[in-house]
Amino acid sequence: MHCQAPYCQVQELDILDRRLIDSYQRGLPVCTRPFHTVAERLGTCEAEVIARLERLQSLGVLSRVGPVFDHARAGASLLAAVAVPEAERDAFAELINAAPGVNHNYAREDPAREHGFNLWFVMTAPDEPELEARLDDLEARLGLPILRLPMLEGFHIDLSFPIPWAELERT
Amino acid sequence: MSIATPQPLETADAPGESDAHRRLRALLEQGLPLTPRPWQALAEQAGLAEEEVMACVRRWQADGMIKRLGLVVRHRRLGIQANAMVVWDVPDERVALVGRRLARETAVTLCYRRPRRLPDWPYNLFCMIHGTRRERVLTELEGIVERLGLDALEHRVLFSTHAYRQRGGRYVREGAA
Repeated sequence: MHCQAPYCQVQELDILDRRLIDSYQRGLPVCTRPFHTVAERLGTCEAEVIARLERLQSLGVLSRVGPVFDHARAGASLLAAVAVPEAERDAFAELINAAPGVNHNYAREDPAREHGFNLWFVMTAPDEPELEARLDDLEARLGLPILRLPMLEGFHIDLSFPIPWAELERT
Repeated sequence: MSIATPQPLETADAPGESDAHRRLRALLEQGLPLTPRPWQALAEQAGLAEEEVMACVRRWQADGMIKRLGLVVRHRRLGIQANAMVVWDVPDERVALVGRRLARETAVTLCYRRPRRLPDWPYNLFCMIHGTRRERVLTELEGIVERLGLDALEHRVLFSTHAYRQRGGRYVREGAA
């Protein structure tokens, strides 16, 4: 899986790759040949844009090219957490990944506190009752209580921030 | 020219959403095919016309169902490895104000209000700060705390140490595609 692999060296991405990322984290045109339009704006050809996107996807730099849906409207979702024994964390994470609708699953550590919530995941479902049912089912499998934290209000929900290329070159 | 039926889509199973539109949404959640005419390719799979697919996507963009359309980057893969979830315990009457001010900080990439779950979880405001290294993220956070005068608020910083999964949401019921 991409997640497990070491990260991609930004030196592998040339100026055209970077301009593609910088210019099109949003605003991909909705027209018959969007990559042709993108190519014209970047001064290259459609085949080159498609080849670059395929490469970025195979490197794991892009998870996909497409829409990001408003999860509050596209269905039900919530942030959840469990406190698991650190030594058995991988096994618990596997159980979580095996549950339907899990799209993010991270280990987190709180340097200031031990034995806290250390697995954090986002679960989605077509609707609220199904989401609750999935969580109840997973809770039974884990044998541990799941902290359920639905979003009540979003102040800023956009991960398309500028990539700090220069800083990444130095690290 | 046929125009897709303008139905509001409140949930994945919104009444009035046709099977073809549900299929289209399930396909879109997996991303566009990288071919010269991606909308045409999706249209064929969903059983719609290319024009209809584009009209539908434009409508979802206009009504906010689609927040953005473009390249979805895996930041961790690029070396943006430090990903801090900062959680705050803010008095209820101030939480919206603090949330809006945090959201305006350039280092803050996500900011949400969530419920407290006492006694296990007293934190009601969440924000994410991404960066190349932990020290940089912590320096950013110190700056934010100082600028917004948040030093009196109890907060904690949870850094991610491993991503077991990171992908886009799949909301459409299984079997719809």
